[in-house]
Amino acid sequence: MTKKFVLGIYDDEDVLLQAIENVRAAGTNIYDVFSPYPVHGIDDVLGIKRSRLPIVAFFCGLFGTSFALWMQIWMLGFDWPMIIGGKPHIALPAFIPVTFELTVLCAAFGMVITFFIVSRLRPSIKVNVFDKRSTDDKFVMAIEVKEGVTDLSALTGLLRSNGAIEVNQKEVIK
Amino acid sequence: MIAIGVVLLIVGIIAMAAGGGGEHHAAAGEHGEAAATAHEAVSWSKRLFVNLWFNNVYFTGIAITGLFFVAVQYVAYAGWSVLIKRVPEALGYYLPFGGAVMLIVFLFGSHDIFHWTHEYLYDVNDPRYDPIIAGKAPFLNTVFFLIRMVAYFVLWILFFNWLRRNSINEDLHGGTSYYHKSIRISAMFLVVFGVTSSLSAWDWVLSVDTHWFSTMFGWYVFASWFISGLAATTLTVIILKQNGYLKMVNSNHLHDLGKFVFAFSIFWTYIWFSQFMLIWYANIPEESIYFLERLGGNEGKFMPIFFINLIINFVFPFLVLMTRDAKRQMIMLKIVTIAILFGHWLDFYLMIMPGTLRTGAGFGFIEIGTALTFLGVFLLTFTKGLTKASLVPVNHPFLEESVHHHV
Repeated sequence: MTKKFVLGIYDDEDVLLQAIENVRAAGTNIYDVFSPYPVHGIDDVLGIKRSRLPIVAFFCGLFGTSFALWMQIWMLGFDWPMIIGGKPHIALPAFIPVTFELTVLCAAFGMVITFFIVSRLRPSIKVNVFDKRSTDDKFVMAIEVKEGVTDLSALTGLLRSNGAIEVNQKEVIK
Repeated sequence: MIAIGVVLLIVGIIAMAAGGGGEHHAAAGEHGEAAATAHEAVSWSKRLFVNLWFNNVYFTGIAITGLFFVAVQYVAYAGWSVLIKRVPEALGYYLPFGGAVMLIVFLFGSHDIFHWTHEYLYDVNDPRYDPIIAGKAPFLNTVFFLIRMVAYFVLWILFFNWLRRNSINEDLHGGTSYYHKSIRISAMFLVVFGVTSSLSAWDWVLSVDTHWFSTMFGWYVFASWFISGLAATTLTVIILKQNGYLKMVNSNHLHDLGKFVFAFSIFWTYIWFSQFMLIWYANIPEESIYFLERLGGNEGKFMPIFFINLIINFVFPFLVLMTRDAKRQMIMLKIVTIAILFGHWLDFYLMIMPGTLRTGAGFGFIEIGTALTFLGVFLLTFTKGLTKASLVPVNHPFLEESVHHHV
């Protein structure tokens, strides 16, 4: 299945931010904006909500803490009690470093894996690059064209009037 | 000019707090005496001197870490902190007073606070001769101690005045030359502070437990000081903002301050645990006596504080300030910073009391009175210092960046 996109090419960050606001205010849905570097404040104007990844991190960390404590207490306290350095079998201070490490490990891995799943990143992924210049010196705003709904000339005019230096069309296979 | 109003407002409160503290104090003298004689042979003067000492160490630490914070910001070419930089800068105005009190308390109360100041420990013929302490005599003797103490304060006050004068001149004359000069001063100060913070921690706090030693101790005291200084800065910024000053400070600046408070609570815990775990694991008597005195020893008197210390200073800020929203809300930051300021006061209490007053320690009028008096004087010198210049460094080259700070 192919999808058609209108691409507005911009060469100035401030013009781009203003354009995003105006285009969204005109009721057009922006598919995505591609930029060679992170643009400050672009999340806000694009209306992207803050990531909920920290919540995942918290629970993964909590899991790491509980897992580490359970593992050590069960192993050294019940399954195979050993006397180490004359300390009690369940000696909490000695467990803290491992608990800390597992908390960090679980939180970090949990976050990365969740991120991959949520954003559908995988080794076999094919990425459609709308315009190669978005990795160099241009900003590319992509707007999906819906047959019979989108008025192409009006959209082109809208992008042009908001400072796009080029307006192109592209079909990509999804 | 902005701050004069605040200070008139705050000074009124402080005058009462300080005055009230003073009265408490007078009353506490008698009350403490009665209580002390009833409990154990700790004279009220000893208790007073120890209290004066540990409060002064605590507040001096807040003052000097204010300067440390500013210096770090300069050296790091930081832009975000410019709007709030006058607050930690003014914390240093307590230093001259702190130095004077430190000197006086040591001159009159050294025997009450420091066991090692007794002459007989160094006399081989005396039955109370202590070879361990005598071995430390080249470093730990009254004259050298005094020289060091004066040196720390002279250096600190010198650098404080230097940096502050540059900052104020920048307001008056503008230009970037003051900024570049401030960076050089800050870099020099950081080197000086790196050495003096550890040395002063050994002198003022560690030497209370003369036999004991810990290589983490300089860091430990520094961590406690720095987090208190950060909490004091954050709290002051919030109070100033809520009273209508520092209008340009927004939740982004608070967020960064909150991150600092959060991170250094963890840093303190890290140092605390590093010190504790090695001693606990090795379990060498001369090392573990330190924690023994704070846990089961001294009739278990310090055990509750030992755990409260960890809860207030680690668990509480860690869980409360974890989310982004909490760091951006004034009310959360206020609660946490107040708790931390109290928590680290307790931390210093726990560092000094078990080695000096032992079972005679407590929380009576002397403790509350001294703490309030010091708090009053500290707020007075600090807020008076704040009024001496505009709250916003108007000619700082990074002011614009700070105004538009966004995280």
